[in-house]
Formats: sequence, C-alpha cells, structure tokens
Amino acid sequence: MVSPAPRFLAAPRNVAQRNGLDSMDWEYTAELFLGGLTRGSIYALIALGYTMVYGIIELINFAHGEIYMIGAFTGLIVTGVLTMMGWNEVAILVIAATVAMIYSSCYGYTIEKIAYKPIRNAPRLSALISAIGMSLFLQNYVLLAQTSDFLPFPALIPEIGWWKPYSHIISSAEIVLIITTAVVMILLNFLIKFTRIGKAMRATSQDRKMAMLTGVDINGVISMTFIVGSATAALGGVLIASHIGQINFYIGFIAGIKAFVAAVLGGIGSVPGAVLGSLVLGWTESFFTGYVSSDYEDVFAFIFLVCILIFRPAGILGRSDTEKV
Amino acid sequence: MKRHPIAKWIAAAAAVCLVLTGTAMADTIKLGVAGPHSGDLASYGIPTVKAAELVVKDINAAGGVNGKMVELLVEDDVCKPEIATNTATKLVSQGVNVVLGHICSGATKAALGIYKSANIIVMSPSATNPALTQSGDYPNFYRTIASDDAQARLEVDFALDTLKVKKIAVLHDKGDYGKGLAEFAKKFLEADNRAELVLYEGITPGAVDYSAVVQKIKRSGAEAVIFGGYHPEASKLVTLMRKKKMDIYFISDDGVKDDTFIKVAGEYAEGVYATGPKDVANNPMTIKAVKEHKDAYGEDPGAFFENAYAAALALLNAIEQADSTDYDAIANALHNDLVDTPLGKIKFDERGDAIGVGFSVYQVQGGQYVEVK
Amino acid sequence: MLTFTEIKRSFLVSVWFMFLTFPIMVIRVNTIENVVIWRWKNMLFVGAGSFVLSFVWRFLMRRKEVGSKDAEAGGTSKSIFQRFMEEKRLYYPALGAISVIVVLFPLVFSMYQVNIMISGLTYVMLGLGLNIVIGLAGLLDLGYVAFYAVGAYAYALLNYHFGVSFWIALPIGAGLAALFGIILGFPVLRLRGDYLAIVTLGFGEIIRLILENWNEFSFGPSGIANIPRPAIPGIEFTLHQNTIFIYYLVVLLVVFTIFVVNRLQDSRIGRAWIALREDEVACQAMGIDKTKTKLTAFALGATWAGMAGVVFAGKTTFINPASFTIWESVMILCIVVLGGMGSILGVVVGAGFLILIPEYFRAFSEYRMLAFGAALILMMVFRPGGIVSGMRKTYQFEGIENGEASDKKA
Repeated sequence: MVSPAPRFLAAPRNVAQRNGLDSMDWEYTAELFLGGLTRGSIYALIALGYTMVYGIIELINFAHGEIYMIGAFTGLIVTGVLTMMGWNEVAILVIAATVAMIYSSCYGYTIEKIAYKPIRNAPRLSALISAIGMSLFLQNYVLLAQTSDFLPFPALIPEIGWWKPYSHIISSAEIVLIITTAVVMILLNFLIKFTRIGKAMRATSQDRKMAMLTGVDINGVISMTFIVGSATAALGGVLIASHIGQINFYIGFIAGIKAFVAAVLGGIGSVPGAVLGSLVLGWTESFFTGYVSSDYEDVFAFIFLVCILIFRPAGILGRSDTEKV
Repeated sequence: MKRHPIAKWIAAAAAVCLVLTGTAMADTIKLGVAGPHSGDLASYGIPTVKAAELVVKDINAAGGVNGKMVELLVEDDVCKPEIATNTATKLVSQGVNVVLGHICSGATKAALGIYKSANIIVMSPSATNPALTQSGDYPNFYRTIASDDAQARLEVDFALDTLKVKKIAVLHDKGDYGKGLAEFAKKFLEADNRAELVLYEGITPGAVDYSAVVQKIKRSGAEAVIFGGYHPEASKLVTLMRKKKMDIYFISDDGVKDDTFIKVAGEYAEGVYATGPKDVANNPMTIKAVKEHKDAYGEDPGAFFENAYAAALALLNAIEQADSTDYDAIANALHNDLVDTPLGKIKFDERGDAIGVGFSVYQVQGGQYVEVK
Repeated sequence: MLTFTEIKRSFLVSVWFMFLTFPIMVIRVNTIENVVIWRWKNMLFVGAGSFVLSFVWRFLMRRKEVGSKDAEAGGTSKSIFQRFMEEKRLYYPALGAISVIVVLFPLVFSMYQVNIMISGLTYVMLGLGLNIVIGLAGLLDLGYVAFYAVGAYAYALLNYHFGVSFWIALPIGAGLAALFGIILGFPVLRLRGDYLAIVTLGFGEIIRLILENWNEFSFGPSGIANIPRPAIPGIEFTLHQNTIFIYYLVVLLVVFTIFVVNRLQDSRIGRAWIALREDEVACQAMGIDKTKTKLTAFALGATWAGMAGVVFAGKTTFINPASFTIWESVMILCIVVLGGMGSILGVVVGAGFLILIPEYFRAFSEYRMLAFGAALILMMVFRPGGIVSGMRKTYQFEGIENGEASDKKA
C-alpha cells in the first residue's frame, strides 16, 4: 500500500504549506478542534454513567471504568465468536453492543449489591475504599481470566463509501461516536426529566429518606441507576474499542479517571454537564498538545481540575448547594 | 502462558523443599532465573524461564556440566526495582552460581549491586539500557542483546543514509525503554547536520486518542517519524497517520518488531520499518530451540526466547570451560571462548556486550517483517 | 441452618454468577488467529465457589446484624487485641518478647529474610504516616506515594549532585516531603470527601509524571542508579552487614514513628484531627482552626513518607518513577484500612499481612492484587474498623476516693 514514491511527492506540499502559514494554521486549529471533539465524546460516553451514579448516591464509583472495560471485553468476545460464524460487520456491531450492555448492566447491578448497598449508611470514606477495592478486583479478574496483553479489536464501524474522500478529516467511526454521545445524552436527559423512574431518581437524589416515605422504592431506583449507567459505559466500551482498535485490562482505569475529571468539570450529577465537561477537557487536551506539548498533557488536565475545584467547585453546569448542617 | 493452579501448588511445595534441602544438594550448579513471571509484564519474562528449562533439560540429559547436574532457581521480580533486590538476595541466600536475568533494565540495575558484592555473574537476555555495560559500574553484568544506543544509531543511519530524509520527528512513549531510545536518536540527529529534528515529543501510553499529536507531526513537515516504544502505541499512531492520509516513513524499534503489531495495525502496518535483532531464523540452533519449545509447550516461543537460550548456553558453557564456578574463571571463559548459540557464535567484550549480536532493519511487506538488506 | 430455602438461595446465587462470569471466564477469543477457546471447567469453579461463598456471605451478614444490635443494646464489642492490650500482665511480657525477637531477628535469619523485614518495616512507617491523614484526620489521600517519591528523589538527587550523605538527606527528605504536604494541602483545604480523593490522586500522578518527563531534573524514566547505602562514615560494611545495619536503622525509625504518632494522638492537635474527622462544622464551632489543623495533618503525614522514601532509595540503590504509581498509594491505603484506621497496632498488623504474606507465598503472587481488592471490599462491608480497630479513649469517673480517673490506653 505504501510505496516510497508518494512520500517524496508529499515533501514539496509541506514546503508550500509552510509558506502559506495563515491558511495552514486555520486548518491546523480546525483539525485540533475535531480531534478534541472526538476525544471529548469518548470521555462523555464514560462520564455520563459516572455522573448519574454520583447524582443518586454521591459516590465516586471507581469501578465504573472497569465496567466500561468489561463491556469492551464482552464486546470483543462476542465479536470473536460471531466473526468465526461469518456474520457481517454491522450485525456483529449491533449484537456485540447489545450483549455487552446487558452483561455490563448485570455487573453494575451485582457490584452495587455486593460492595455499596451493605454500607450505604456508613461514612463516605468506607464506600470510597470499597469502590477502589472493587476496581482493583475487577481489573485483576479480567487480567487473570483473559490476558495481560493488548488484544486487537476489529473495526466494526465500516467506512461509508461516499464519505471516503473526507474520512481523513473525520472518519465515519468518529462521526458515529459523536452522534451516539449526543443521542445517549438526550435519551438520558429525557429519562431523568420526563419519566416516572426519572422522577423517582430525582427524588432519591434530593432526599433519600423523604423519597422513601413518599413510596419510592429506593433500592429499585438505585439499582436502576447502576443498570442504566453501566449500559451506557458498555455501549461506549464497544464503540471506543472498535475506534481505537485494541483493548487490555487496564483501559478502564485511565479512561475512568479522565471521565471523572470531565464529570467534575461539567458539574457532577448533571447529564448535560458531563458532556460539556468532557468536551471542554477533550478540547483543552487537544489544543494543549497541539500548541504546547503532549509531554505534560495529563499534568495539565489535573491542574485544570484543581483550578476548577478551587474557583468553581460546583463545575460549569453544577448547582452549588450550600451544605446543610 | 498461564500455568495451572495445581502446578502452582507443586511449584510452591517444590520451592519449600528447595529451601529446606538447598544446602544438602551442594554438588549441583545453580542457575538462577529472575524476571517478571506474574503481573502485566509476565509475557516478557516467562519465555526466558522456558528457554532456561529447555537448555538445562538438554544439558542434564547429556550428563550435566562436567558431571554436575544443573539446578534451576526461578524467582519473580515483577519488573520492580524494589522487589528485584529481594529476589536477588533470595537467590544469593540460596547459593546461586550464575544468574540469567533480570528482564527489565530498572530491576536489573537495582539487583546488580547485590550480585556484585556476592561475586555472581549475571547475564540478561533483554536489559538494553546502555549504562549497564558502558558505565563501568557493573563489571559482573553481561548481555546477549545489543544496547539501546546501537539501535538508535541504526535507526538514525537508516533514515539518513538509506531513506535520505531531511526532516525527522522523534516520538516516544515516556517509558524507560522508549524514551531512552528516543533520547539517543535525538542526540545523534542533532550531531548530524544532514537532517533537521523538527519535533521531539512524548505521547501518553493508554490515551484514548492521538490525533492531536498526529496533526502536530503533519504540521512539522516531518518526512519520517522515529518512534521509541512498544507496539500498542505504535499501531495506534500508524493507523491514525495512515487514516489521516500521511504516508511518511515510520521507523521504530525492537518493541514494535513484533508480529502482534502487524496483526493489530493490519493493512496500515505495511511499509513500517522496525529495527530488531539480526535474523537468526535460519540458524540450525534456533530452529532446534524453537522446535523443542513447540514440542514441550505446544506454542511458539515468546519475547527474547533466542536471547535467553543463548545466554543460558553461554553461562553454562563458560562454567564448563572454566571447570569451576569461580567468578574470575567464568568471566575469563565468557570473554575468550566462543560458544555456539541460536544467535551465532558469540563471546563477550570487556564491557559485557556480546560480540556479533546486533540489529538489522526490517520492513513490513505483505504482512510480515522482511529484513532490509 | 441448611434449610431448603437457604440452599435454593445459594443455588440461585451460583447460577447468577455463572451467568455473569460466563463470557470473561469461559470464552477466550483470539481475533488474530480466529480461535475461540472454551473453558467450561472455569464455570464449574465459579458455580461451586459462589455457592459456598454465598452461605459465608449470609452468615457474616447475620453476624454483623447481631453485632450491631448488641452494640445498640450497650454490649461491649472489644476485640481480642484490645482486651489483650488492657491486660497489663500479658501485654508487657508480650511486648518484651516481641522486642527480643525484633532485635535478634537479623542475627538468626538469612539476609533475604532481613531484606523482606526491611520492606515490611518501611511500609509500617508509610502506613503510620498515612494513618495520620486518613485514620485521624479523616482525609482520604490517594496521592500519598508522591511524598514517598519526594523523599526518595531528594536523597538520590542531592547525593548525585552534591554528594550529600544519607544522614543529612534523611531530615532534608522528611522536611521536603512536609513542604510538599503543605503545598498539596493549600489548594485542597476547601475540598472534602470524594473531591479530595480525586485531587490528591491527581497530585500523586502529577509528581510522577513530572519525574518521568523532566529528564534534566530527574533523569526521566531510566531512573537514578548507584545510590549509596546508608553507612557509618569510616566503617567498611559488607553487603550482609550493611543490610543488618539498615534493618536496625529502620527498626529505630519505626519505634521513633510509633512514639511520635502515639504522642501526637493524645496531643491537642491529635484531638483536633479526630474532631475534624467526626464533624467539620461542629469542630470549627468549637474554635478549632480548620486550616491549621488540616495543613499539619498533611505535613506531618507526609514527613514519614519522606523519611521512608530516603530509606527506600538507600536500600534499593536504584529508583525510577515506576515505583511510585497510584497502585503504591492504594497498597498503603490497604495497609491502613485492613489493619484498622486510626490504630497504630492495626497499621503494624496490616503491614505484616500485606507485605510479608505475599512475599512468603510468591507462587500465588498473581492472585495478590485480586485478593487485596476483595479484602478492601469485605473489610468495608463486615469490619469497617479493620483487623485492630482504633479504640476511642474513654474516661471514667470512678469516685473521689480513687483519686484520678483511670485512663485506658488505646
């Protein structure tokens, strides 16, 4: 595919671009913007579940990143089995995503029952430590049951024929990711604002005891939140893995931390906030890499987080409620 | 690669027995094998254990080293310096004569001091950090792999002499191996006025997206990218570059010269250059070693297998030639006696590097690495 | 106990877990070679395992409920450890016996054992330091390893550039770590709970990333080698003697740490930390300066990590940023949580469990982290106080005749 000849043809073009710096810079900025948009959408798919769970029980579910990872692994396993049976890509994508969502929901449900429910009334510190323990456990569970190596994840989102000429600007996989994020955000927002269960979720997050007194099934609502949040993470897991092309047991932790930072940026507990925060983080990282250096990319992201927490602790879209004593 | 749990019980019991009977069986040659055998880097350490097992089985079947049986002492260091010192003291306490390992450069550096004061010779199949042989701090260290600076030199020379590029971007994965290599590449490029270093940057391993870095390479106008690091990041970078219609040269290192890279990156891997140990696949000893491995474990050998096989042979051969386990005698034999290994006939220079073990450049052609002559 | 419903419940649990773990445990695909491996045996293990464990789980749950009812009814739930420590006739001889064992240890056992003991004792120091921050002041710090790194790099770099000896580096490392503690403390003063956890985690990563990227300063990921071992000037040690020397040094440092932390606990500032942990608002209302209290907690906690870092650098003679990842922080957290938050003896026991047991059971090292994760959850669910829970000091008024109120030491 790659022969030496076109490479030398590329050289003069670069020189020409160097001369016309203005147009080049504009193009460069636009490309960084699109890169940031993709990156932001990836964070957002994970951050949405994070923010939902936090909104309800005010717990950093460290294991959320691991659920995303398990979703990706389940997706890979289903893909592997179906590929061997000779199914076509789109069908595999749909089935893999569905199965991954079902399984991750079950994991989310079980995790809540084991690690969080028994200590719901204990101090916050206990729940946090339990969450870290769960994260550690799941990582090593997948490491031992599967492998520590990177596994290639087949690209399931096909390149659409007529889009090919533009795919170097933004590929169809990236478009699918961005659209999915938007759709999931709208659906979740609808779920929370306009459905019965959504109403129950809002009531639970405002005052758990009061909600219970008005007849809300608290346990059911919390379980439901975990199920929905985990399903979102799994959908993200399959799509993102298929976009990046490889997975291992550790992807959940890094992505989870970044997604949490994004959720905090946007105002934790708020669904549109999580998406906005993710996009802001995606763009910040992209532009920082583009104009400064990727050496300190993560350092910058964390410093950004600290600054936000100091100057606007409730995040961009968060409600800043005063502490009740 | 994973051992059965029961095997682990047996191994534990065996380890206990070894400790208990260690002093009773004084008349064996004890070959220590240290490296990561569990955790996320286990795939780099386990092939060495298997190589040692195969070599020892052969030698013991042929009557041992000068009539003495060879006994293996396998210890895990998880590639962590702090654990490696414990591993080293444990091996020393058990009275090892020579050590095959460690695998990671950092762990090796931490452990070497302990072996040095116990007068034990160490040979690594994989620790490529240049300081290990060049600093003079570790006289007891030998290796059957060439150092990072040799590899970086080859990459830079290849880019300048063969590809004749004028602008080069150097990237690394911020890791011990990748960044060390990139530092050398940068130094060599800056010393040479034939090409310009247009970009020097580290990428974050595990990040979800590298498009910003790829755009930056594009903007720098680089005609070639030299990447120091491992295959997961390399395949992400190459895939993204090709998708963004950048068909510039991609030159990388031994960490990328792995078949997994081609399988993960698929069609995008075509044309990628990577340096790796000289092709030894046609060496009859290599063919024999690989066959033994397949017969014994039912799969192809993993990373550094040939190097480890060669190192185990070299160590045991040196003990045989020296007819003693004395430090100076073994060192003398390593420096002077040629030994036939899968890497060819080797002996070691005064710094501890194997003479004749070097790198060649490979290119992905038609889905496999082909040596570039 | 083994009624039909119980068995049915366990059976359902085991079916659920078999379903849950089915894809990850049973199927293994290789998308490159297009091979699928089915490992049905694993399903059997999971099924049997979860069947048994569900009984244990329910049994522990019931016991926990009974326990909490007991506590409500005013029943005492003192642990064996506590009762043991109160019994002075047993406690002092035991302490004496332990001291003798500790002193004689390196003379009896091999260098390898001594080396492991040094690791274990270093973690005791780290655990005690983190215990100040988490156990006493109730601030969840997930970036504690950063201070450890500060200490280690302080010694390594000062020695490399200026030839500073271990003995001078020890207080400098501790001081620098304390300074970093305050630097971290300032921005996070207003944060609590989860936000604090995530910011400290970020701080830890920032320090590691800087060490990794800033080659001119820290030599980057390839680390610093040939750090001299601590020694007495003028005396040539062999490696074995040196190890024993480091062992006694660490023992002294640990004793010193225990002494200081113990005194701190009973001091004014120690009380302020506990008050802060229990209720921040009420604590401020009582006139405690929140800023000062929090900053001293961070600074004093960090000091021990700095010291442990210097010892670590001196012992391994080689350091690189890979030793200071977030998982190291989690490990120290495990020690504190498992041992018992707020309890000195707890931390010692926790370090013993987590460092020594895996070291002696090397063959199972693959399952180590899995077990740690599970242990953290189980501890939080069934025994949030840890193996040795910290006991609150109780003061009893026993009448004027007895003179002073008896003061039961925790």
